[in-house]
Parts: sequence; structure tokens; C-alpha cells
Amino acid sequence: MAKRVSLSGNEAAAFAMKQIDPDVVAAYPITPSTEIPQYFSQFVANGEVNSEFVAVESEHSAMSACIGASAAGARTMTATSSQGLALMWEMLYIAASMRLPIVMTVANRALSGPINIHNDHSDSMGARDSGWIQLYSESAQEAYDNIIQAIRIAEDPRVSLPVMVCMDGFITSHALETLEVLEDEEVKKFIGEYNPDDFLLNADHPIAMGPLDLQSYYFEHKRQEQDAMDNAKQVILEIAEEYEKLTGRKYSHFEKYALDDADIAVVVLNSTAGTAKVVVDDLRSQGIKAGLLKPRTFRPIPGKEIFDALKNVKAVAVMDKADSFGAYGPLFTDIRNIMFDNKDIKIVNYIYGLGGRDVGTKDIEMVYNDLMDIVKTGKVYEVKKYLGVREKGGEEVWQL
Amino acid sequence: MSTTTAAKMLEIRWHGRGGQGAKTASLLLAQAAFEIGAYMQAFPEYGPERMGAPVTAYTRISNEPIRIHSNIYEPDVEVVIDPTLIGIVDVTSGLKEDGILLVNTPKDPEYVKEKTGFKGKVYTIDASQIALDEIGGNFPNTPMLAAVVKVTGILDEQKFVENMEGNFRKKFAHKLQVVDGNMRALKRAMQEVKGL
Repeated sequence: MAKRVSLSGNEAAAFAMKQIDPDVVAAYPITPSTEIPQYFSQFVANGEVNSEFVAVESEHSAMSACIGASAAGARTMTATSSQGLALMWEMLYIAASMRLPIVMTVANRALSGPINIHNDHSDSMGARDSGWIQLYSESAQEAYDNIIQAIRIAEDPRVSLPVMVCMDGFITSHALETLEVLEDEEVKKFIGEYNPDDFLLNADHPIAMGPLDLQSYYFEHKRQEQDAMDNAKQVILEIAEEYEKLTGRKYSHFEKYALDDADIAVVVLNSTAGTAKVVVDDLRSQGIKAGLLKPRTFRPIPGKEIFDALKNVKAVAVMDKADSFGAYGPLFTDIRNIMFDNKDIKIVNYIYGLGGRDVGTKDIEMVYNDLMDIVKTGKVYEVKKYLGVREKGGEEVWQL
Repeated sequence: MSTTTAAKMLEIRWHGRGGQGAKTASLLLAQAAFEIGAYMQAFPEYGPERMGAPVTAYTRISNEPIRIHSNIYEPDVEVVIDPTLIGIVDVTSGLKEDGILLVNTPKDPEYVKEKTGFKGKVYTIDASQIALDEIGGNFPNTPMLAAVVKVTGILDEQKFVENMEGNFRKKFAHKLQVVDGNMRALKRAMQEVKGL
């Protein structure tokens, strides 16, 4: 039986972890995800979970402890943001290459410098190539649902990769919202027991993990990570289907919103997708064929499916809340690459909301207006633009 | 589900100073709406968290799921918890012409209209005095919250009062003596709001 609750994104993440009741949580607090380990450590102190909570001295140690625990055969979870994720960097790659099914919530936050605690996607986008599966969440509800599904995705023997569940720092992590949660028993049944085939503490079948791997096999092992990512595409869909049966909430690799007959479309991650839906409804009521594609799975990126979903659209704006200076936003780079064989489609990139600069419906309306102009004239004057930045060349002068 | 009397989504913006409880009020109103079955969203604009610094918080209430995730630029209701912000922060910025402005002040609505130039509905409430009398400290957020419910009519008043009592009993479980004061402040505010 679903239960209606009011929770912030961080509370929802911590509550999902409580229901999952992992063997080990090792974490170090950092804004805006601090509350996740804080609430979880309270569950531990209250005896509401059976987890071992390891309070470590840094995020590098947090991920290292997670790797040790997961390698030993424990179901392992953590959470972080921004500089914390950055400090985990080298360990992220090791977790993925050791094929450890760690599940980590990331409350997305800008990277320093300049010092900033607010939301953008620079942190998780920087971890794009680490070998972690990345799921993005529009709301507290989606963060909760993604965390529960992530356990199954990570632990599926066809995948065996760590999963990062991302939600927007503050915007989602600290906003109180209405959501539906499952009963503890339903979650337990859905995720099942974790019984890995191989693990370090298995005395009957001793193995080595993480040894030196040079020219002779390193390449093959890296190639296997690609195979695991390929497998994950199917596994993510299977688990989503099962989860839909349980909750009625439908998940896929991405959400299509008014997209099937759309002439113009925006591609955007996380909470801004919700704001964009409001704009799409408004434009549709004026007879404008606007649509939206909201990726949920960013790694692995479902190329063929996105190609099919966007193939009839005339102009697309890909909005990135992270920049690659001297190049394009990471989401744009993928989407335009995927659409390369479709010569009829015009694709532009908007960098938006860096460091928590708020993005409202008016900003997104401007993007759709730009797309209408591109469709009308058939011309793209500028491929990469900055939305809501206060300088020459920006779309809007920020109102002080 | 029809739980609030608002036809569409209601957007409320709170202006206060750090320590006055603007964030808590934004959350409590959302929680009260949640408890009678509405969809809601509440969040503060996080900044340097200093006592006395201007703070903005937001509440959305709707009968439909809320998808928008941005600050509120054109609120239906503007709540000013600290009247000294008027003239420093543009408190009526974007406030809908037929919207509501509610200010914590002993003065009359006419005075606020003159000060702000706002042409819509203006209400005032001496929330600080009520809080001093009933709670024993300048915690204007509880009476302001009650005044919001009164002037907007978005929630059933009786149910709101019952829910708040329950919330206070939970929130102040370790010091139940403050519950009665908060409840008195709540009820007084609903009667003493000016401009009705």
C-alpha cells in the first residue's frame, strides 16, 4: 500500500536508504547532501536499521570504505555533493572497474571556484566517464524511486556497476514536496537479498580484487565495462517495468512530454524539466507544437531510442547545467552526436543556471522562442548560448 | 481531489529576516495543506545564513501535482514578516495586481498601501505583539501563518487549527508548555487581522 508523505529530497533519499537497510553506509557530510548521512545515522542510532555506519574523515575515505565494504560482499550505499564527489574522483573509477554495485545519491552542486554551494551539474558531469551508471531525478519522488531501482540495477549480474542517483541540490534536496512511498516490506521484497557470486570474505572461494592489470588484460577489463553498460540499458527497462507494476509510476530511459508530434523540443535534466513542462503546456494551449525530452539515464545514454524520439523534431535546444569551456555542454555533445545522421534537425546548446542561478518559465519560454525562430528562418546563428547570464551575448540581463 | 478552495495553484512568497521563522512558516503552511490532501511545495532561498539578513521563502499549494521548480516571481500572496524590509527589499515585486499583501505591523492597511503603492488587497496584523503576549518572544511566524490562512481562505480554518495543534505537539514534544501559547497566538491572529 502506497503511503502519501511530505518529505524533502534529502529526507526522501534517507528514507529510501532506511527501507533498503544496506549492510554498510560510509559517508562524509557536505552541503547540500549533508542531511542524508545525518538522517541515516539517526536511523542507525535509533536501531531502525541494521546497517553499519562508518563515519569517515573525508569523501576519499568514504568511497574507499564503500569499496572495501562492497568488495567484502556488503550491500553498500553513500551520498555526496560537489567537492565531496570531486574528492572521491580516483576512487569512483576503482569502484566501477572493480564492478562494485555501490549506490550513491548525489545532490548536485556547483564546483568551486569561485566558492558556491548551489545547484548545477558540474559535479556529476565531471564523473561522466568514471564507469558509474547515472540516473537523474526531476523531483523528490523520482529520487526516491530511482534509489530503490538503482539497487537492483547495480546488483544485477549482467550489470554489476555502481549507480549514481542525481537530484538537484537545494531545489530538490531542500524543498518539501508531496510524494508516495512504499511500505518497508514492499521495498525489501522488491530489492531482495544481496548474494554476490564472488566476494572477498568468501573463504570457500578466495579471490583477489583490484590487483595490478597491465598491458596484458587492462584493455579487456575496460572493454567489459562497456559491455556492462550496454547490458544496463535492458536491465534498467526491465526493472522499471517491475517497479511500475508495484507503484504505478512509469520509468524508462527518458520521459517524453508532448514530444511525439512536436516541431520544437527542449532536452533538459532534473528539476528544470518540471518547469519546462509548465511552459510546454502553455505553448501547446497557444497551438505551438512544443515538446520535451527529459533524460533519466545519462550513462549509459540510450542513443538509438533518443534518435527515434527526436527524429521528427525540427529544432532542438539541449540545456546543460554544466559547461565544458572551449567546447559544448556535455548533454548537448551527446545529443548532437546521436542525431548526427539526421541532417534535417537543427540543434543548439544553452548553458543555464550555473551556481544556482534560478531558471523560471520566462527563461525557458525564451529558449522555445529561439527554436521557433530557427524553424522559421532555417538558420542557426549561434550554436552555444548562455541563458540568464549578466553579460553581453547573454539572452537576458539579470535583474538585480 | 478538491482540498483547497483556490481554483489554480496558489503561490506565496515570504519576506523576513534570518531568525524570524520565514522558512519555518513556509514549511508549516505547506504541511498544513498536505495534511488536508493538497499538493504542496515549500523551500527557502538559501543564502548566507545570518541572523537579521533578509530571507525569502516560498510556498506553492495546488489541487494538482506541482511540476514547476523555480522561485516565485509573480506571487498571489506576499507575506512580509518584518516591516523594516519595506523600502529595502522590493517586497511587491511581481505581486499580482489582484494579489494579497500581508504585513506584520501595528499600522492600518491604508498606511501600507501608501508606503508600497500596492493597489491590490492589503492586510495588516500586529504579529510581533501577539507573539510577545502569547508566546513570550518575538516569533511572528505563527501568527503570520494563521493570518495567511484567514485572508486567503485557502484552507478550512477549523481543520487548519486542528492540524496545527497536532503539528505543534509533535514539533514541541520536549517542551509542551509552548503549544498553548502558539495556539492562542494562532487563534488571535485569525481574529485580529486588519483589512478584512
